[in-house]
Amino acid sequence: MKRLIPLLTGLVLLLSGCGREDLSTLNPQGPVAEKQLDLMKLSIGIMALVVVVVFAICIYVLIRFRRRKGDKSIPKQVEGNHTLEIIWTVIPLVLLLILGVPTIKDVFGLAKDYSKDKDAVQVKVTAHQYWWEFEYTDYGITTAQELIVPTDKKISFELVGADVKHSFWIPSIGGKMDTNPGVTNRMYLEFPKEGVFRGKCAELCGPSHALMDFKAKAVSEASFQRWVTAMKAPAVMPADKDLAEKFTSQCLSCHAVGENGSNSAPNLTGVGGRQTIGGILYNDAEGGAEKNIHDWVTDPQKYKSGAMMPSAEDNSLTDADVSAIAKYLAGYKLDY
Amino acid sequence: MAAHAAHAHTVKRYKGLMDWLTTVDHKKIGILYMIAGLFFFLIGGLEAIMIRIQLMKPMNDFVSGDTFNELITMHGTTMIFLAAMPLLFALMNAVIPLQIGARDVAFPFLNSLGFWTFFFGGVLLNLSWFAGTVPDAGWTSYVPLAGPNYNSNHGVDYYVIGLQIAGIGTLLGGINFMATIINMRAPGLSFMRLPMFTWAIFITSALIVFAFPVLTVGLVALMFDRLFHANFFEIGNGGSEVLWEHIFWVFGHPEVYILIVPAFGVISEVVSTFSRKRLFGYSSMVFATVLIAFLGFMVWAHHMFTTGLGPVANGLFSIATMLIAVPTGVKIFNWLFTLWGGSIRFTTANLFAIGFIPTFVMGGVTGVMLASAPADFQYHDSYFVVAHFHYVIVGGLIFGIFAGLHYWWPKMFGRMLNETIGKITFWTFFIGFHMTFLIQHFLGLLGMPRRVYTYLDGQGFNNMNLISTVGAFLMGIGTIAFLLNIFITWSKPRNAAADAWEDGRSLEWSIPSPPPEYNFQQLPLVRGYDAWWKEKMEGKTAMTPAEPIGSIHMPSPSILPLIMSIGLFIAGFGFMYDHLIVGGVGLLITFGCMIVRSVFDDHGFHIEPEDQEVHA
Amino acid sequence: MSAHEHVDGQLPHEPEKATLEARNKILGFWIFLGAETVLFGTLFSAFLALRHNIGDGPKASELFELPMVFAATMILLTSSLTSVFAVQSLHQHKKNAMIGWLVVTIVLGLAFLGLEIYEFSHYLDEGHGFTTSAFSSSFYTLVGFHGAHVAFGVLWISLVIGQIFKKGLTVVTAPKIYISAIYWHFIDVVWVFIFTVVYLMGKVAG
Repeated sequence: MKRLIPLLTGLVLLLSGCGREDLSTLNPQGPVAEKQLDLMKLSIGIMALVVVVVFAICIYVLIRFRRRKGDKSIPKQVEGNHTLEIIWTVIPLVLLLILGVPTIKDVFGLAKDYSKDKDAVQVKVTAHQYWWEFEYTDYGITTAQELIVPTDKKISFELVGADVKHSFWIPSIGGKMDTNPGVTNRMYLEFPKEGVFRGKCAELCGPSHALMDFKAKAVSEASFQRWVTAMKAPAVMPADKDLAEKFTSQCLSCHAVGENGSNSAPNLTGVGGRQTIGGILYNDAEGGAEKNIHDWVTDPQKYKSGAMMPSAEDNSLTDADVSAIAKYLAGYKLDY
Repeated sequence: MAAHAAHAHTVKRYKGLMDWLTTVDHKKIGILYMIAGLFFFLIGGLEAIMIRIQLMKPMNDFVSGDTFNELITMHGTTMIFLAAMPLLFALMNAVIPLQIGARDVAFPFLNSLGFWTFFFGGVLLNLSWFAGTVPDAGWTSYVPLAGPNYNSNHGVDYYVIGLQIAGIGTLLGGINFMATIINMRAPGLSFMRLPMFTWAIFITSALIVFAFPVLTVGLVALMFDRLFHANFFEIGNGGSEVLWEHIFWVFGHPEVYILIVPAFGVISEVVSTFSRKRLFGYSSMVFATVLIAFLGFMVWAHHMFTTGLGPVANGLFSIATMLIAVPTGVKIFNWLFTLWGGSIRFTTANLFAIGFIPTFVMGGVTGVMLASAPADFQYHDSYFVVAHFHYVIVGGLIFGIFAGLHYWWPKMFGRMLNETIGKITFWTFFIGFHMTFLIQHFLGLLGMPRRVYTYLDGQGFNNMNLISTVGAFLMGIGTIAFLLNIFITWSKPRNAAADAWEDGRSLEWSIPSPPPEYNFQQLPLVRGYDAWWKEKMEGKTAMTPAEPIGSIHMPSPSILPLIMSIGLFIAGFGFMYDHLIVGGVGLLITFGCMIVRSVFDDHGFHIEPEDQEVHA
Repeated sequence: MSAHEHVDGQLPHEPEKATLEARNKILGFWIFLGAETVLFGTLFSAFLALRHNIGDGPKASELFELPMVFAATMILLTSSLTSVFAVQSLHQHKKNAMIGWLVVTIVLGLAFLGLEIYEFSHYLDEGHGFTTSAFSSSFYTLVGFHGAHVAFGVLWISLVIGQIFKKGLTVVTAPKIYISAIYWHFIDVVWVFIFTVVYLMGKVAG
């Protein structure tokens, strides 16, 4: 009986909406994940059939043929039965054929290459310990942690790892693909519905592997074009001159805003408008982006052990500097 | 010549600890494997419990991300290489020579060497906890994370060197049991009369022989990269990350079958004995097992569907993987139809065997689901995979080991285990197992990646993780019950009958429990499949002997295997910490022992008929 | 079964297979060679996967000098032949001839090793070190593993010769000669593959 409790709990949870819309593979929000779910349903169906048959025979046998007390009789010794053996060889083969055909169809379907397609948006994904870089090669812009995509186009991804192996996964949009250092992988996804979807790193990549989340935000085509324009606009630097200088020397040596700085750390253009800081500190919590940036900049190791970013102290930033930078960055939002 | 003759008949016998350190008797080596395997099983289990405590609630801080990665790496490595495999070797050693009517294995000395190298390799790996630098790149140790640039302390060195030393032991065991089963069978025991467990071990041994060298090369290459700055996996210098994945899984997938095939063998024996029925479809069982092992070498890339090998490779490996379901299905139905029409007795051993069947089917069907590459893009590296392989390895292999230990315990020790405690063991472990892992399928489908040390609140993962943790504790209780059973029954008299379960079918049940050190006073004549059952059914109380009573030749005990393994152990540390002299000394000890072994012939000793009476 | 009862002259035709222990050893060794085949197969695969990644180092076609490698190949092939002669002498129970052929085998093995060491030091001068590139690492590991096997074989056969001197040709010592000869042939076969895959393909396609 106890064995049934987790089973029932699982089923209840399964029926009550199949998990979060922005995270669950069972609640697909795009055609790629839908195709994969169809295949999953087909295989679950076939396999459930097998499980039911085996369980039924098993239970029947265990009840029907249990030994009665003091039973000394010797059952008939059966060597085998060719008919039965052929049946349970052929039926699984047929079942596998039913699963194998759509599998092969989707293996090739999902591997379609849109990298030369003029209508598709080309995005180069570079995975770092522990953040994501998204470069829009056709537009010459780079962003980080929050992938912005239009709803009406195919997105063709080029995936590579900057340091170790990671894996790029947006469960509710489509399956994952590894980002291998030194080798480029390709895949495509579609985001027909507007919304923000959760992305994960699926390959062990170090102590903060669990925290290497990102977001994929699908917006309308017009909105996407506004975003591209905003990204290309000149950077908004801090109004205060001293702060701007400090920001340039201490932050932009690795980060970038607009045309300033470098891209060896996450691009910060419009960072105040993103859902999270560092991929895991949600800005809708109390204190908002400003508090999150302040916390993060003060001691990144506290939130992501193994992150490359130095603490404020090591980066010779006073608490006042950090507060000012946090206020500036939290206010840095793009209008799109 | 005369000197040799005198030497040959000197009976060297040690007592107490020295007896265990020098033994070449397969029965004692089996017990050593069992003790060491259970010890590492407890360590791995403790690591599992700590993993589950950490994941009990969101953003838990029971352990840090670093420690968590060390725990998962050591849990996986320990459970597979240092717990599951030795426990299988324990059963192999305890049972195979008895089942084939032999007095020992083909190479008793190598058998001992195999145990000690495994043991010291395992000790070396686990000493990393005391050194403070623990392997933390996963049991798969994917590069570059496990390479020198991203793992600059000694952690992964312990992994590569410990596994190399332990791997020598496994390879020796594989060679030994292949040779034993080919050359040492009793008169009349043809291959198609072998008990199913012996067949399973024969196939497993072949898998070991052809799979382990691949791992050795991978580990050597990684060791060269780490210790001597080679470039096998250094991307910047032309090395390849994907090469490691290929090498690891070309070994890694057959390894899965190395683990599960012996369990198939155990289940076949137990189910047949406790339903008082001949194994249904024996020849198709043999053929299916051979086919599974053969296909096992052709499917490694299904672990790499998301690596980006392209649709052609993914398609081929999808189909090849699905095909394995066919022979596996044949086995499942053969077991069910062995039970069908039988007279089923629910001993603890049989409960584990019967529990195995539906559990393994669930692990098998999720395996077929994973084989479909496009769907695997969703399952891969999520908790769905974690659930799948625990269903196969725990629900398959560990259930099989528990069944085997309960079944052959009286043969190994001459004592029965307590059935009441045994049933408590089964039910807590069985329920705990399903509670822990069934739910993890859903966690994976809901988007939880594997190997995460924590998860944010509000993602719908909380309740299921808590349930899973509770289940893990139940499994812990089951394991403790098993240990208690061992301790409690230890004080009971050694009074198990030769045919301890009364329904024994194969040769091991025709000799006393535990058997004398020479196993069979006279080698038995085998007249058919289920040799002992056949004699019993014809009203006989003993096997027909194939030879007259005579002097029995026995191999001498030797301390050399222990010293050779210590030599490798020292060498491992020497190379790891850049003391090449220490490394050299360690290797010299090992090679020195090899020379000693070669130069001084060991002719063993004889047990004369008058002495045999005392033992038998 | 009891080995020491035999003396020279009363040996069976194939003394290496006279006892169960010896037959076990020969079978076990063949299985071991199966494992060794997989070991070298994996090393070959790694080499093939990495051989074009030469980094800043020299190309295979610039590096390899076929005449020297060809000489090494001939030496090793000849040593295989001499070890066959040794086993033939074993079957004819001609102890001294057998030792003679074994000594020739060892000398040829040493000559091969000498050439290999010379070859490696030459490559080092050309800037082809162990750590130069993925190509060089996998090259030295593959060829070096083979070289280590040759060195081990030389030591092993020497030890066996010593034992023959001391204990004579018996059913205990005979399998040692036979097995070391199988091992020697195996090393030879591996070298043929190295010569083809590493050197010839390197020269042609590298």
